Amino acid sequence: MNRLLSLALHSLWSRRVTALLTVFAIAVSVALLLGVEKLRTGAREGFAATVSGTDLIVGPRSGPLNLVLYSIFQIGEPTASVSWASFELVERHPDVAWAVPISLGDSHRGFRVMGTSRDYFEHFRYGRRVPLAFDAGQPFEDVHDAVVGATVAASLGYRVGDSIELSHGLGEVSFAPHDDHPFRIVGILAPTGTPVDRLVLVSLQAVSAIHEGWEGGARSLAAPPDVDHAHDPSPPAKITAFLVGMKSRPAVLQMQRALNEYAAEPLTAALPGVALSELWRMIGVADRALRAVAACVVLAGLAGMVATLLTGLNERRREMAVLRAVGAGPGHVFTLLVLESTLLALLGAMAGALLASGLLAAAAPWVEHQLGLSLSPGLPGAYDLAIGAAVVAAGFVAGTIPAWRAYRNSLADGLSMKV
Amino acid sequence: MSSTAVHISGLKFSWTPGVPVLDVPSLTIASGERLFLQGPSGSGKSTLLGLLGGVLVPQAGSVRVLGTDLAALRSAARDRFRADHVGFVFQMFNLLPYLSVVDNVTLAGAFSRRRVERAGRDPGEEARRLLAALGLGSVSQLGSMAGQLSMGQQQRVAAARALFGRPELLIADEPTSALDAATRESFLGLLMEECALAGTTLVFVSHDAALGHLFDRCLSLPDINQVDMEPRAA
Repeated sequence: MNRLLSLALHSLWSRRVTALLTVFAIAVSVALLLGVEKLRTGAREGFAATVSGTDLIVGPRSGPLNLVLYSIFQIGEPTASVSWASFELVERHPDVAWAVPISLGDSHRGFRVMGTSRDYFEHFRYGRRVPLAFDAGQPFEDVHDAVVGATVAASLGYRVGDSIELSHGLGEVSFAPHDDHPFRIVGILAPTGTPVDRLVLVSLQAVSAIHEGWEGGARSLAAPPDVDHAHDPSPPAKITAFLVGMKSRPAVLQMQRALNEYAAEPLTAALPGVALSELWRMIGVADRALRAVAACVVLAGLAGMVATLLTGLNERRREMAVLRAVGAGPGHVFTLLVLESTLLALLGAMAGALLASGLLAAAAPWVEHQLGLSLSPGLPGAYDLAIGAAVVAAGFVAGTIPAWRAYRNSLADGLSMKV
Repeated sequence: MSSTAVHISGLKFSWTPGVPVLDVPSLTIASGERLFLQGPSGSGKSTLLGLLGGVLVPQAGSVRVLGTDLAALRSAARDRFRADHVGFVFQMFNLLPYLSVVDNVTLAGAFSRRRVERAGRDPGEEARRLLAALGLGSVSQLGSMAGQLSMGQQQRVAAARALFGRPELLIADEPTSALDAATRESFLGLLMEECALAGTTLVFVSHDAALGHLFDRCLSLPDINQVDMEPRAA
C-alpha cells in the first residue's frame, strides 16, 4: 500500500499540470461550498439576532409573521393601527417591565422613518442583548430631532447637525413631502447589522406633528401647519405597534394570551423568537437551494477529475503493463487509480478549505460592515471537516470509474507493451 | 527442489474459441539453462510469455514454473508468484519515466517481499551494484529520471530490475531489438553474466536467430507449437 501510495504520488507529480488543475477545480468548488455555508450560518445567526430582549411585539390583529416583518424588518406595510389606550394599558400593567411604541408610515429618501420614544434606545436589544450605541450624537430631545441608522448616515453622507426632510408614505420617491417640517440630525447609531441601520428615528410627537392636518392622508388646505403645535406633548391617538419587555418569563405567555383575547381592541401579540424561526424556515428554502448549487459545483469538479483520469488512462497503458510485469495484479492497478483520485480530492478539499478561510478572513471586515454578518473565521468546524470528508469519499467513489477501466485494460493488455 | 525451471505439457491456448494460438505438447527448461526461443512475430511468443508469467491461463494442459502449476493458483496468487520468481525485460518501455533509475530497479520489490529480502540488507545498494555491473555506474545517471535515459541505458535499467532480488526465471522478450549491434552484444554478455551469478534461468525470445549461438539451447517456436500460424502470419 505504501509503495502504491508512493507510486501514485510520483505518477501524479509527473502529470502535475493536469493534476494541479484538477485540484484547483475541486478546491474552488469546495471553497464555494464552505463559503456558502459560512455565509448561511452568519446570515442565520444575524437573522436570529435581529431582535433580542423583546418579549412580545404587539400590533393590530394580523399574522404574527406580518407583524414582525413590518415592525422589526421594515418589510411590508402595517394594515391597521393600535390605539394609544391599549398601549398605555399594557405599559402600566404590573408585570410589564417596559413598553416602547412604534409608529411607521413616513420615509426619508427610501429609508423608513420610525416614530418611537426615547425608551427605544434604552430597551431595544439585538444580537446577544446588545443595546444600541451611538457613533455620534445622542437620542432625540426636541420634536424636530432625528437619529439615523448607520446605513442611512453612510449612504447619504449625513453628519450630526444636517437637516433632512421626511416624506409621507414609504416609497423612495414621494409626491407628498413633509417639507414644512425640516428635521435636524442629532445622533447617528453605530452599525448593528440589523434593519435598525436603515431607520430614521424620530419622536412620536414628531410623527403626530408632521401629520397635523394630514388626517385625510394628504395635506389639508384648511388646516395650515402650526409649528407651535410640534411642542405639544400630547400623545398620538394611534400607533403602529409596540414592543414589550416583561418582568418574568412566565408572564410573557400569560400576557400574550391576554392580549390576543383582548376584547376592547383586536390585537396580536407575537413572540419574536417564534416568528423569526417561522420566517427563517421560509427563507431557508432559498438557502438550501444555494447549498445544493454549491454541492453541484463540487460534483462538477469531481466529474472533471474523472474525465481527466479517464483521458489519461490510454497514455498510461504502458505504465500499467510495467507494473503488471513486476508483479502488480489488476487489483493493484485498480487501487492505484482510486488512490490517485482520492489524493486529488484530498488535496482539493484541503486547498479549498484554505482558500475559503483565506477569502473569508479577507472579506470578513467588509461583510461585517456592509451586511452586518459576522463570519467567525477561526479553525474549521465539524461541518467543514464533514464536507472535507464527504469530498474525499466522493473522490474515492468517483475514482472507481477510471479504476475499473484501468482494471479492465490491464486484464486485456496483460504484459503486452504493444500499445 | 527440482532442477526444472519450466515444464509445459499439453498446453493449449486460444484467444477466441476455435482459433488456437498455442498447442505445445511438451517443453522443459532446466534450472539455470539459457534458452534462446526464436520465432517470427505473430507466432504466439507474447502469448507464451504471458502464460509463463501467469498473466494468462491455458485452456488445457499445464504450465509449471519451479514446480508450481500456475493454472492451479488464483489470479492474485499468480501475480504474487510472478512478482516473487520471474523477472521481465521487454523490447522497450520497461520503465516508469517518473521514477529515478534506482527506484525503477527496486520497483521489482514493490510487490514482492521475497525479492526485497533476497536483494540483501540495502536494496538501494543492490540496485546500484546491478546497475554498475550492467555498465550504468555514474552517479549522474542513477539520480536522473528514467525517462531521460537513452534507449540502450533504459534496457540496462530494465535488465537490472529483472535481476533484482535474484528471481529464478528471467524472461527477455526482444530486449535487444531496439539496440544497435555493438550495444547488443555487450548488453547480452552482461545479462548472461548476471544470470549465471544469480543462478537465474534465462528465456530469451527473439525473431533474430543471429544471437542464438550465444545460448545453451536454441528452439524455434513454430517447431514446438503444433498450431500452424503461417497462413495468418503472412
